Amino acid sequence: MSATATRAGGGSWEELVTAALLGTERRPAAGEPAALLDEAALRTVRRRAGLLPAPAPIRPERAPDDGRPELPEAARRRLGQLLADRSASAHSGGRRGAAPDLAELLPQWLGAAAERGFRAPPALLPALLDAARARTDLRPQALAFAGPRGTWLARLNPEWRFALRGGSGSAVLPDASDTEAVRRLWDEGLFAERVALLAAVRAYEPGAARELLATTWAAERAEDRLMFLDSLRAGLCGEDEPFLERALADRSRNVRATAAELLSALPASALAGRMAARAASCVALDRSGDGDGARIAVEAPHECDAGMQRDGVAPKPPTGRGERSWWLGQLVEAAPLGGWAGRLGGRSAREIVALPVADDWGDELHAAWCRAAVRQGDAEWARALLGTPSSPPGGNAGTVSLAERAKLLSTLSEGERAEWVAAFIAAHGLSEAFQLLGVCLVPWSAGLGRAVVDALEIARDAGSYPWSFSGVMGLAERCLSPGEAGRLDALTAVPVEEEGASPGAGGYWAEAFQRLVGTLRLRGAMLAELDA
Amino acid sequence: MNQQGVRWTAEQVLALAPDAASRKTGSKLGTAGPWSESGCDNSSVWGLCKGSGSKPYQTVVDTSGLGYKCSCPSRKFPCKHALGLLLLWAADEQAVPVVADGEVPDWAGQWLRGRRERAAKKGSEEAGPAEARTADPEAARRRAEKRAERVTAGAAELEQRLEDLLRGGLAAAERPGYGLWEETAARMVDAQAPGLAGRVRELGAIPGSGPGWPVRLLEECALLHLLDRAWMGREGLPEPLAATVRARVGVPAPPQGPLVRDIWQVLAQYDTADAKLTTRRIWLYGRESGRAAMLLDFGAAGRAPELALPVGLAIDAELTPYPGGGQLRAALGERFGAPLAAGGPPPGGTTAEAMERYGRALRDDPWLDAWPVTLSGVIPVPPGEGGGQGWQLADSNGELALPVAPGAADRAGLWKLVALSGGGPVTVFGECGHRGFAPLAGWAQDEAEAVRLL
Repeated sequence: MSATATRAGGGSWEELVTAALLGTERRPAAGEPAALLDEAALRTVRRRAGLLPAPAPIRPERAPDDGRPELPEAARRRLGQLLADRSASAHSGGRRGAAPDLAELLPQWLGAAAERGFRAPPALLPALLDAARARTDLRPQALAFAGPRGTWLARLNPEWRFALRGGSGSAVLPDASDTEAVRRLWDEGLFAERVALLAAVRAYEPGAARELLATTWAAERAEDRLMFLDSLRAGLCGEDEPFLERALADRSRNVRATAAELLSALPASALAGRMAARAASCVALDRSGDGDGARIAVEAPHECDAGMQRDGVAPKPPTGRGERSWWLGQLVEAAPLGGWAGRLGGRSAREIVALPVADDWGDELHAAWCRAAVRQGDAEWARALLGTPSSPPGGNAGTVSLAERAKLLSTLSEGERAEWVAAFIAAHGLSEAFQLLGVCLVPWSAGLGRAVVDALEIARDAGSYPWSFSGVMGLAERCLSPGEAGRLDALTAVPVEEEGASPGAGGYWAEAFQRLVGTLRLRGAMLAELDA
Repeated sequence: MNQQGVRWTAEQVLALAPDAASRKTGSKLGTAGPWSESGCDNSSVWGLCKGSGSKPYQTVVDTSGLGYKCSCPSRKFPCKHALGLLLLWAADEQAVPVVADGEVPDWAGQWLRGRRERAAKKGSEEAGPAEARTADPEAARRRAEKRAERVTAGAAELEQRLEDLLRGGLAAAERPGYGLWEETAARMVDAQAPGLAGRVRELGAIPGSGPGWPVRLLEECALLHLLDRAWMGREGLPEPLAATVRARVGVPAPPQGPLVRDIWQVLAQYDTADAKLTTRRIWLYGRESGRAAMLLDFGAAGRAPELALPVGLAIDAELTPYPGGGQLRAALGERFGAPLAAGGPPPGGTTAEAMERYGRALRDDPWLDAWPVTLSGVIPVPPGEGGGQGWQLADSNGELALPVAPGAADRAGLWKLVALSGGGPVTVFGECGHRGFAPLAGWAQDEAEAVRLL
């Protein structure tokens, strides 16, 4: 340590050390070894007794204030436990047993604490940042909760640099209405700060964000242009069209494609109109067939001309796909759905989806309509394409795959979504429901929760093992409302083993339900602590 | 002291775990699921834990005297059930409700009563005069003399080795295969001088400890030489210094009064382990006497010492100081009631005052590596950002700073301290010595709650 040693008489300390290093045989001036040790002992104690602090280094700047209220005591203890368990359970393997998995509760705890606007306890910030470093899925919540002091702390430790990239910069963003400060950060800020700034301004006033972007657009790097353009997705409106039209001529192909995608989500845009015209020329009503019913005839495009390419159509299909169907899909996807009624005999979306399609073009066409419904957020078309929950996914014509259904569901309101998924589970059980459950609002609505629990009970009674449903079980632990715990109690007993059932399955089910109930109770307690 | 005991924090409970595996399995049991019939009163917690068998395990914890009893077959101490029960007790007041006096279930009450009776009996025995406990004082004196002779022979031999080393030069110690230290340490164990053996073993690590090692080696050799000489001349030393020398050499002296009863704030508890032994140090601060005390406990290799106190709380207890060594080391005597809230950090001072206190303590014990002090109003400065190579603690109202002792505090603890500080002043308790300051507990400004840093 740097310190001031007291000088002793005679030779210096350095001379003594040199003599000791070389030995008294070679340095007889130091005296006998015992005398040298005597002298060294005296000097050592004197040096230690005379130690003084060193001049202070530059101290870190103060962390910005965090005005949020402190956590209630019990909630703070709970967070400490969840974070302590995180490191403990990270390496655990094997069967999960009946005890709740605390690591899985951490994201929920963070979400609930954020909703209530609490400040993170400083002593837990390092553990919180470590948790966020290890689990990218935790980062947005953990960093928002960590707040300005978390960002301050992360700046001091290279291992926490991740916290300075992306969203967490919001703590230092100027007020979106402060045009001068916004302008300064836009001109001088780091990329992540600029992205966050643009998003903040866009949320405050869409037009202002677009104008801010336009001031520097030509000078931005292609990757940055792509990211900035993407932030216009939020609050997209007709006034954005001229800017997006100009971006259609961008040097970067990815920028052009994104601009086209955004324009196609604006049904009134010129690009949407051009795409509608192209799509309409490919899809027509055909009454010439045998029988009396109408059907849809498809004539896919024969070339991808310069105009199409300028409007964002990618000319080269991925391996294994035909050029013409690839082009058709892109045209239909980008065409406003509202135009099809006029083109196809004034039919409603449901009627159009129900029409037979000639020459096996049905799957291609329906898939493109699904993408269009998702892109344009069109609930009516989404409903038509989803079909009835009881119809099996992807099977017959007119129905779409599970993945497509999950995406279509996200265009519906929360309530309608939950109702649809509950009906789907009632009809098909749980084995295919995982993806659909993932798009439902947490905690699950009462009806959806009941459908899942009923299906689990049916699966148990059918004699299968619970780990066939471990995905849904895990989701249920996270998403079932804590209020359901009481109803589940009856399921936690080990049932009498019936003939023909899988050996031991009853015990495993009881264990799985115990864990579910335990987790729900714990979540209930967690939320109560946060509201205390 | 019939005050309602404080429930501990999860962190305080987990600090009792003998190893990482127990922390993990204990955490899993820290939820209401497997527990039934659990409850607590002022000084104990109990519950039934469903295990794999048909009969649940009966778990009882004496929170005032820190004892555990569980019907499980685990040989760990405390077992995962005891840890789980304490975690549940810490986190969930509904799952472990407080019961009225006299409503402790029989299976728990029996053990608790037996334990308290034994403790009371032991206490009254220890209170008797020391001579009465020794069967044959003359034989004991002869044994002590015999041992002192062996230690003296060991010290003389060690002197010879040190002088040989200095004659040939310390540079020899860096040569590969210089295996003198282990052998010498073994000789000191044979001579019944474990204190000398420990210091000799530490010498062996110095040549590999990086730049500046010759200075450190010379210092430690010189202090070892000083200890040898002090032992051999102990008759001429004032009694407190002679007691320090005996303790440093490793000849045990029992703790001797007078008893100090105080509200002892538990500031830190940490373990160090070598191949044979786990050593636990617990730092206490007497709120009324204003004195610091250290409790030591030992466990065989790989096993946690039994003594464990809840860091951040305070206990009303009697301590008996050991002689010598600035009277820091003490033995824990009778405890009164359950742990109490601690109420804020001990009074502290500046970095310069801390170094001065260490310097003064060297007068009583020149072999002292560090002295317990509290720094108030310091700002932790991490490496980089103006702080240079190492961590430092800087006075917030001055121009001075202490380096953090290398390897003394772990990374997580130091970052916790920075988080507490937010660039502003904090209070830190730790060991201050010639290697720097080792932080052990911290308090955010205007906060009473201690945060463990190790």
